[in-house]
Amino acid sequence: MPHDDHDHPHALLPPEPALRVKALETILTRKGLIDPAALDEIIDTYQNKIGPQNGAHVVAKAWSDPDFKAALLEDATSVVADLGYYGRQGEHMVVVENTPEQHNMVVCTLCSCYPWPLLGIPPGWYKSDAYRARAVREPRKVLAEFGVTLPEDTSVRVWDSTAEIRYLVLPMRPEGSEGLSEEELAALVIRDSMIGTGLPKVPS
Amino acid sequence: MTRIHDMGGRFGDGSVVPEAEDAPVFAEDWHGRALAVTLAAGFLGQWNIDISRHAREKLSPKDYARFSYYEKWISGLADLLVDKGVLTLEDLRGVDRDGDHPLAERTLKAEAVADALAKGGPADRPSSVEVRFETGQAVRTLGQSANRLVEGGHTRLPAYASGAKGRILRLHGTHVLPDSNAHELGEAPEPLYAVAFSTSELWANPEHPSDEVVLDLWQSYLEPA
Repeated sequence: MPHDDHDHPHALLPPEPALRVKALETILTRKGLIDPAALDEIIDTYQNKIGPQNGAHVVAKAWSDPDFKAALLEDATSVVADLGYYGRQGEHMVVVENTPEQHNMVVCTLCSCYPWPLLGIPPGWYKSDAYRARAVREPRKVLAEFGVTLPEDTSVRVWDSTAEIRYLVLPMRPEGSEGLSEEELAALVIRDSMIGTGLPKVPS
Repeated sequence: MTRIHDMGGRFGDGSVVPEAEDAPVFAEDWHGRALAVTLAAGFLGQWNIDISRHAREKLSPKDYARFSYYEKWISGLADLLVDKGVLTLEDLRGVDRDGDHPLAERTLKAEAVADALAKGGPADRPSSVEVRFETGQAVRTLGQSANRLVEGGHTRLPAYASGAKGRILRLHGTHVLPDSNAHELGEAPEPLYAVAFSTSELWANPEHPSDEVVLDLWQSYLEPA
């Protein structure tokens, strides 16, 4: 055996990842420890029900309603929970506001912490070694890889999610968006703009 | 000394490759399956979130580096199921021993999924530990990033931020201490702060002098500066 079984029981499962998952699912299902229909339900939830549209709703509302925005920046957890956005990996929310003076960006260098109820499951790059390693040391170079260049006098604040607090970036409302409805505004809010690696779309 | 997962600031990982906003949530079907199996197994109630993080982090450095994201999840889960006595090595070898499992009554059913995910698992707790620092106060992180309770154990002070001087940005309240909770030594809640560090405190060649990194750090990781 390549591994000591007692330290690394996973080495007993098939090495090919899809088969490894299937094997573990099968073992657990046969013992009655997993309901395959529950797995389908979990996948459906994060594939189809919970995603960045939730965060976009919050951002568009903050752009439209100053009182909502003030409350959101003061105590995001209860404010977004009132909109129905609460749950696993979003129990303690903090919203950080981009301004001409300061741009915010979120990373989890230790794993992949991310505000699930507002943004869903993180994209592959967010979980990549390259992003985790570099976002804290050279955020501007990382931003350039997303096509984002900030003015030299805008400072960058990178939030490393080392605890159970989950961060959402409130991007600046784009120019030319005056008079748009909340729904039209939400369509401008891309996922990456709420992580801080992108900017909202500019209305055409 | 921390483990392989603690990679903040590391050199050599190459470019970040952005994805289209409408890329599939799960690039492969088995990714979704791996996530769902892991969450469902968690609802058996045999471990907490800090234990499950620790299970992934203690994969051998070779495995951690070569496994893709969800391979880490599923392998950490297999190790944890054996470690907690839910499954045996024989079970993983595929030896046929079906039958009633004592934990089967806890199995997450499809109709309970929505409520279970919506309920979440808050980490804030009342604490008798006195709040020691106030907003704006200068603090310094411990000089060595390490679990002080268990040699080589789980901790949340990344190596890149150890021994650095920062300032308290905000108090998040009192939260479960992962260093203790990951090793079943109790939740040991204590004050948790957002602490801001100038990049010049963290890096030999900071990219920009006015930039900052903010970390969420427990009070026991901090000393007055």
